[in-house]
Amino acid sequence: MQTYQIAIIGSGPAGISAAARAAARDQEAGGEHTHILLESFDLHAKTIQQYQKGKLVMAEPGYLNLRSECEFEEGKRESILGSWADTIKRYNINIRYGAEAVSISGSQGDFEIKLANGDAIRAINIVLAIGVQGNPRRVGVPGSEDPLVQYQLDDPDEYNNEDILVIGAGDAAIENALALADNNRVTLLNRKGEFSRAKEGNLNAILAAIVNDGVTLKCLYSSSVKEMENISDDTLSVTLNTPDGESTLCFNRVIARLGAIAPRRFVESLGIEFPNNNPESLPELDKFYQSNVAGIYIVGALAGYPLIKQAMNQGYDVVEFINGNDIAPADQPLLEYRFSGLPFQLSVDETAERLRARIPMFDQLNALQFRELLIESSMTVTYPPGPEYTELSQKLTTIEQGMDSSMSAISITALRQEGDIIYDRGQFGTSFFTILAGEVLIESTLDDGEIVKATLERGEFFGEMSLLSGHPRLERAIAGVGCILIETPRRTMLKLISSNSAIAEGISLVFTSRELQRNFAPRTSLSQLRKLAGDIESIQLKAGEVLYREGDTEQVLYIVKSGGITLSKVVDGSDIFVHQARTSSTIGQLALMGDTARRETATATVQSEVLRLDRESFLALVQSEDAPIEALQRDVADQISSYTKMEVRPEAGKAIDFMLDEGLGEATNALIIDESLCIGCDNCEKACAETHDGISRLNRKEGPTFANIHIPISCRHCEQPHCMKDCPPNAIRRADSGEVFINGDCIGCGNCQTNCPYDVIRMTAEAPKKPGLFQWMLFALGNGPGESKGHAASGDTNQVKKATKCDACVDLPAGPACQNACPTGAAYRVTPEQYLALVEEKQR
Amino acid sequence: MIHTGILEYKKSRYFWWSLVLIIVCVMIYLTQSADDPPNGGTWQGYTTGTIGAVLIVWLSLLGIRKRNYRSRSGTVAGWTSAHVYLGASVVIIATLHSANQLGWNIHTLSYVLLLGVVLSGFVGLYYYLTLPQIALKNRNGQTRDSLFAELFELDEQGKEIATRCSSDISLMANSAIARTSIGGGVLAQLLRSDNSKVKIEQDNNQLLVENRDQARVLQIIANRIPDAARQSEVGPLRELLSVLSRRQAVIRRIVRDIQLQGMLRIWLYIHIPLTVALLIALTMHIIVTFLYW
Ligand SMILES: Cc1cc2nc3c(=O)[nH]c(=O)nc-3n(C[C@H](O)[C@H](O)[C@H](O)COP(=O)(O)OP(=O)(O)OC[C@H]3O[C@@H](n4cnc5c(N)ncnc54)[C@H](O)[C@@H]3O)c2cc1C
Ligand code: HEM
Ligand code: SF4
Ligand code: SF4
Repeated sequence: MQTYQIAIIGSGPAGISAAARAAARDQEAGGEHTHILLESFDLHAKTIQQYQKGKLVMAEPGYLNLRSECEFEEGKRESILGSWADTIKRYNINIRYGAEAVSISGSQGDFEIKLANGDAIRAINIVLAIGVQGNPRRVGVPGSEDPLVQYQLDDPDEYNNEDILVIGAGDAAIENALALADNNRVTLLNRKGEFSRAKEGNLNAILAAIVNDGVTLKCLYSSSVKEMENISDDTLSVTLNTPDGESTLCFNRVIARLGAIAPRRFVESLGIEFPNNNPESLPELDKFYQSNVAGIYIVGALAGYPLIKQAMNQGYDVVEFINGNDIAPADQPLLEYRFSGLPFQLSVDETAERLRARIPMFDQLNALQFRELLIESSMTVTYPPGPEYTELSQKLTTIEQGMDSSMSAISITALRQEGDIIYDRGQFGTSFFTILAGEVLIESTLDDGEIVKATLERGEFFGEMSLLSGHPRLERAIAGVGCILIETPRRTMLKLISSNSAIAEGISLVFTSRELQRNFAPRTSLSQLRKLAGDIESIQLKAGEVLYREGDTEQVLYIVKSGGITLSKVVDGSDIFVHQARTSSTIGQLALMGDTARRETATATVQSEVLRLDRESFLALVQSEDAPIEALQRDVADQISSYTKMEVRPEAGKAIDFMLDEGLGEATNALIIDESLCIGCDNCEKACAETHDGISRLNRKEGPTFANIHIPISCRHCEQPHCMKDCPPNAIRRADSGEVFINGDCIGCGNCQTNCPYDVIRMTAEAPKKPGLFQWMLFALGNGPGESKGHAASGDTNQVKKATKCDACVDLPAGPACQNACPTGAAYRVTPEQYLALVEEKQR
Repeated sequence: MIHTGILEYKKSRYFWWSLVLIIVCVMIYLTQSADDPPNGGTWQGYTTGTIGAVLIVWLSLLGIRKRNYRSRSGTVAGWTSAHVYLGASVVIIATLHSANQLGWNIHTLSYVLLLGVVLSGFVGLYYYLTLPQIALKNRNGQTRDSLFAELFELDEQGKEIATRCSSDISLMANSAIARTSIGGGVLAQLLRSDNSKVKIEQDNNQLLVENRDQARVLQIIANRIPDAARQSEVGPLRELLSVLSRRQAVIRRIVRDIQLQGMLRIWLYIHIPLTVALLIALTMHIIVTFLYW
């Protein structure tokens, strides 16, 4: 059996590009294949094949140059796939389709890859480029690999007048069944007695279709497949277990949509380690993309690089690395720009090494993580006003002018003057700062108005509170003497935290120390508090999980680190809301001040994290002479009286409970309509469409209602926005003033739409142009104000669809247009602090 | 308080503005001496007239502001609050200006049109203040779309049960569902007039008869239950009756909702054209006044 020098698993952008590089090398060397490309699907690049037909594939990030044998620029899915197919031919890539790798044994120089069909492949090195989509879960009964059993559906219109069995109860199964029912007789097989995993819209659609006699679709509940047998070219006999016993039916085709098996298990089975159990964590790699198993390299989405161009560049680079060619990565020029204003003139690599040597925290990062951190972060240098400042400012302007428009997204070194405010109390920034040199001043304001100052120095960091909790900044940070800063965006930082436990622990420790300092010992130094902070336990809670119950006795107080905690109390046999504690507030301190029995039950409103402070730690803290005992006591008194007020107003409590149940517990800014004032004129929606390219980001009518409180479908600008989580080009941002918005980098992948629990994101094509207001009023031209009818529903797949959602009118000086346009005052945007006032008015 | 209505906007500040304006105008009016009786032509008359005209123009600008969605000139809610208070004060100011000298001329026409605009404005205000609560109660936490969805669901159930009833009942139930009419023209919406029909069999003829409020079909089925031909038909008949009664309740809610939403809108179709007429008459009134100086 031949032993290949490189076996590449997965023919996505990363894998194809790697194979093309290896094939090009083979051609140069004279022809013999020393590489093989294994693909489980029967076509190349399955992830791209599965994009919707005609999708415009975006080539973000624009400033990154492509380095690959394969071509790739913005274009239709079909043309990109076509050009890659050409590349496969032109370079004579040794690709094998239908070859799913299931296990790997041996070690570098002598790997053996086992395929699903039993074949084995030998290789010296392995490049793993299997992406993160996973492989479809199989039916797993006799016959499930029959050609008439398929695990995906590209184009429902391909099939006509067939008997089709669709297996599954998720969104994909429902959507496929509905689409096929137009021209075929469809049976949908649901293992359970109901559809519990489906989205609201799909659920309604399928239930309506099942009862509608006009639709040729029926559903078998609580049933499963026992076996399948091919009885002719186009007929399968399928034996089912149904509640009424076994039954055998014939179908022309079976489509199973049972979800995907995430690739992590497979990767771990190869001996590759992940830093922790967090599903978002990534395997650790060195600078050459090599994993802890020598000879196994990982590139592409699986390595944590979610865009096509990045994946392709890595595919090229990894083959060069394996061949011993230590080339500089394609993104080297970015770093040159980033470092251009630094006060030391060193090469990029030297500078990077120097930074790394100076900052203890960076020592914890491997080479790849550190490089990514530098590339994603921005750099700031500070000078006092004067000639040095002016000189550098001129130099940077010259560099900037020399950059062409494609480089507009590259950030060069930023320049500040000493004394400039880096961020201020109340701002929503979520980025994280590391001090490379010089000083930063932190000013915090105590409850009594006193300002406490602290100086941070080289190697220290700040901004972790907002990063971890999503809460606005609680202090002011000022650029001090000679300070050089790295500012790292939230997404990069979260990725690091979830994949590097040392960093996670380090940041968490500082977070805890600063929380203790802020709440209990404002004048104690951080280094003193750090020891104490090390003993403090952090508790993760799922939404709805109980932290403590009424009647429990424990002498512990909690600081809310992220999320929110609802306090409720049983009065006359029913649960009554008394308080919601948001991030960075404390609950349960009464237990440490005399009353050891809990008077309320504390439940996590949304997924949350709390710090647990027991009696010993608390006493140690408040023994220091500067402990703000009086303020703490006042807080407790305030809390008790506000809880009691809520207790006697169960109606208001119910309304708040409703709002929290609907997820407003994690909102920072939500549109609430008072239905008793709303005249249904839809001016709010029209205003939204008119100020946002003709597309309304608000659906007034839909959404839950309780009494007169209506929460329309519209973004709530969550404290920790779920939508931001897997946005490949990092296009979802948060403004300093808190608005979460999507910028022009959106590639239309739809991840945010799936991730938002409140259904507020729509994928829409650009709206048609409209005449001006006066043309419409005077000459009745075109559509009036508002979203053009039927626009969003039109299924023209040839148009680019991008994610659209409310941006709370960040760009409008007048503020939110919906609220401003409501003639009756029914539409109002509220912040969590206003929830109590909101239900107050109900008592009108 | 987070949400405030039109009248309470910013603690009713525009009520006080209007009150002050009215008092000022009354005082100006009272300075007119006895030998030069109150009249649109005195300086006092010109002053109140100018104030009135400016106010009317400003009140009309609400239509523009409402559609200028990027405007930085305050919220529409604030504008509307000011609009109703200042709009009401215009009647008093205009009356002071006219000093009750009415006749069959362009000047009086302006005054009458003004009264019309203000009157319709008050009707609209009354609707805005009262109807949303009524509509909220009527919809009972649902949206119009979800009411319709419920209706279609009941339609399907009704048709399904009808297949188990005798053919004449089945025919009737199906036709009652198919011939249910909701809404219609503007007038039909506002008056809740119901053009629903049902097909019944009489002496072997099929007749299409009115079925207002679904009353007839329910009555016939109810009558049929005690003298059903077969005992086995009673079950389906009662089911059908219950589904069609629920259907009736849903239809009532929908029709009422349509009516209320219509009322919230229809008055503007009087208020706005009258405003346009008023602006024209006002312009002529001013031109004529200056021509016959
Ligand atoms: C809807 C959508 C739209 C997107 N739009 C864009 C866009 O416009 N621009 C952009 O830059 N990015 C976009 N992305 C992201 C982009 O698709 C991914 O970043 C990219 O595909 C990652 O490439 P990859 O080679 O790492 O993995 P993949 O493309 O996922 O390729 C992995 C390949 O490995 C195969 N495979 C998996 N397991 C095995 C196995 N065990 N044995 C053999 N083969 C295996 C798979 O069949 C597949 O062909 C989008 C993503 C989605 C989901
Ligand atoms: C001379 C007097 C008035 C003039 C010229 C006038 C004119 C207007 C105009 C042009 C509009 C805009 C309608 C639209 O474009 O949708 C409007 C709306 C309205 N007017 Fe008047 N109006 C007058 C007096 C009044 C009075 C006295 C009241 C009530 C007491 C009133 C109540 C309203 C209300 C409630 C609206 C609707 C606001 C909205 O839905 O946006 N108006 N008026
Ligand atoms: S889009 Fe959804 S997840 Fe994102 S901030 Fe808005 S409500 Fe939250
Ligand atoms: S603008 Fe105000 S009154 Fe009009 S529909 Fe929206 S919330 Fe209701």
